[in-house]
Amino acid sequence: MKSSLPMQTSSLKNELEGEYLEKIRKDFPILQQSVHGKPLVYLDNSATTQKPKTVIEALKSFYEVYNANVHRGIHTLSEKATERFEHTRQQVHTFLNSTNEKEIVFTRGATEAINLVAQTYGRQVLQPGDEILLSAMEHHSNIVPWRLLAEEKKALIRVIPMDLQGELDLNAYEKLLSPRTRLVAITHVSNVLGTVNPIEQIIQLAHRQNIPVLVDGAQAVAHRLVNVQSLDCDFYVFSGHKMFGPTGVGVLYAKESILKNMPPYQGGGEMIVTVSFDHITYKSHPYRFEAGTPAIAEVIALSEAITYIQKIGFSSIQEHENRLLDYSTQALLKIPNLKIIGTAKEKEAVLSMTLGDIHPHDIGTILDEEGVAVRAGHHCAQPVMDFFDIPATARASFAFYNTQEEIDRLIKALWKVLEVLG
Amino acid sequence: MSDLRDLYQELILDHQKNPRNFGELPDANHHANGFNPLCGDKISLDFNTDENGLIHDIRFHGSGCAISKASASMMTMALKGKTIPEADALFQVFHHLVLGNLVTEEQIEHLGRLKVFQGIRDYPSRVKCASLPWHTFKAALNHNSKTITTDSDNDSVN
Repeated sequence: MKSSLPMQTSSLKNELEGEYLEKIRKDFPILQQSVHGKPLVYLDNSATTQKPKTVIEALKSFYEVYNANVHRGIHTLSEKATERFEHTRQQVHTFLNSTNEKEIVFTRGATEAINLVAQTYGRQVLQPGDEILLSAMEHHSNIVPWRLLAEEKKALIRVIPMDLQGELDLNAYEKLLSPRTRLVAITHVSNVLGTVNPIEQIIQLAHRQNIPVLVDGAQAVAHRLVNVQSLDCDFYVFSGHKMFGPTGVGVLYAKESILKNMPPYQGGGEMIVTVSFDHITYKSHPYRFEAGTPAIAEVIALSEAITYIQKIGFSSIQEHENRLLDYSTQALLKIPNLKIIGTAKEKEAVLSMTLGDIHPHDIGTILDEEGVAVRAGHHCAQPVMDFFDIPATARASFAFYNTQEEIDRLIKALWKVLEVLG
Repeated sequence: MSDLRDLYQELILDHQKNPRNFGELPDANHHANGFNPLCGDKISLDFNTDENGLIHDIRFHGSGCAISKASASMMTMALKGKTIPEADALFQVFHHLVLGNLVTEEQIEHLGRLKVFQGIRDYPSRVKCASLPWHTFKAALNHNSKTITTDSDNDSVN
């Protein structure tokens, strides 16, 4: 089933409000339900986003109509599956504005994409005493793969510090870039603080010293336009499920000049040209990095997620989410003892909070009872929690389908927390 | 539908706000640390036994949510004066209670005030909050010096 949303043009922008927003919300079946007898308010979009009908239908239709393996069958179903699968690669290439579709590798998610870079490129270039530069606000998925590699290679992890607003210290960053730095791996948008990092500047500074940069875009691609050529990043990774697509699929973009020289990641079918017991030749990129049968249905359905985002358009999304961020920030600050963790000037609609000495898990439980879904915990970013000296936060994170009324429900539920535990 | 008041009962809120046996026990002969990586709850538990094998004094400190704090506080009250086999039996019944396993009325009665945690079985994501202090107690009993965590399933702690 195709969505009937009008295609956005530069002259016509659809404001995400009123009937139009209602119509969009109806495209997401999961949003229509009640939790504990109250209409669901889903504010855990940084963890995963909900899926429009077109994505769900694409998964279903693959299995009902043309389920087949890709790149090998000489039969109609396989040819169709292959064509749709490669169509998504083409679409991701356009979505990111990469140079060509061979720069797009499908992975299980952003995590696997980072691990892929660490285990191929990283392992190839890293020597004992070399350094990898991360930031203080990284998700565990952009720490642990580098830590594993650093231990193996006797290399060092260096960390770009941040301030109490949750903004990176770029002066310190410049000083940390050294002749031993082999890679900068940094998040585009913080999953806890919402900070949008100045990655253009970060990339430029690294490139002055010929240091490549990997950008973790897991929290960015659903919210802002990413143009890998104008950013000039060397690697960009993201997950499908955080941009209204299925779980189990992610993307690694890598500059072709780098990708073509990277050794294989996992071995298996699909990534080889010839195999004997004593000699193997590998396919060229991107197939060299896609061993085994991939998540075919999920890759195909990812195409629908991208189409959906493009139909709404990033300028509408940005405008709406900024409005939600402003509205919720103002409203939250009226709650006694509520503290927002992450107050950077450039922020996505992510609100991490603490409420006096009430533990975030208690907040999460009571909010859930009110039908409001937020994340409570360390958000896979324990170093960020340590930096702010807190065990956890409660986090509300927004997507384009959220409304001001839902923020009102969040605020009401937080007052209920105070009533029960305050 | 579960009711929030089944989880956050007055008794639990009271123990959260005014935890009993809170602090350290310098002359403890049993000690363990517990950690819930999911939410960052930390508990440190000390106790000592007298010449008759009874739990003479028991204290805890750390940081955590309302449920884990109240559970720790009420556990220390329940365990004080118990023999080790009695304490172990209480651990077993409590564990089954919060997991929603079958426990007899008689066993529930045996728990006394601890039965206030019965409501937690309707909140699967919170079971570990209530059981962390008890697992920490078990570790202290077994002189397990490694910090125990709740990162496996609800039945075991590694």
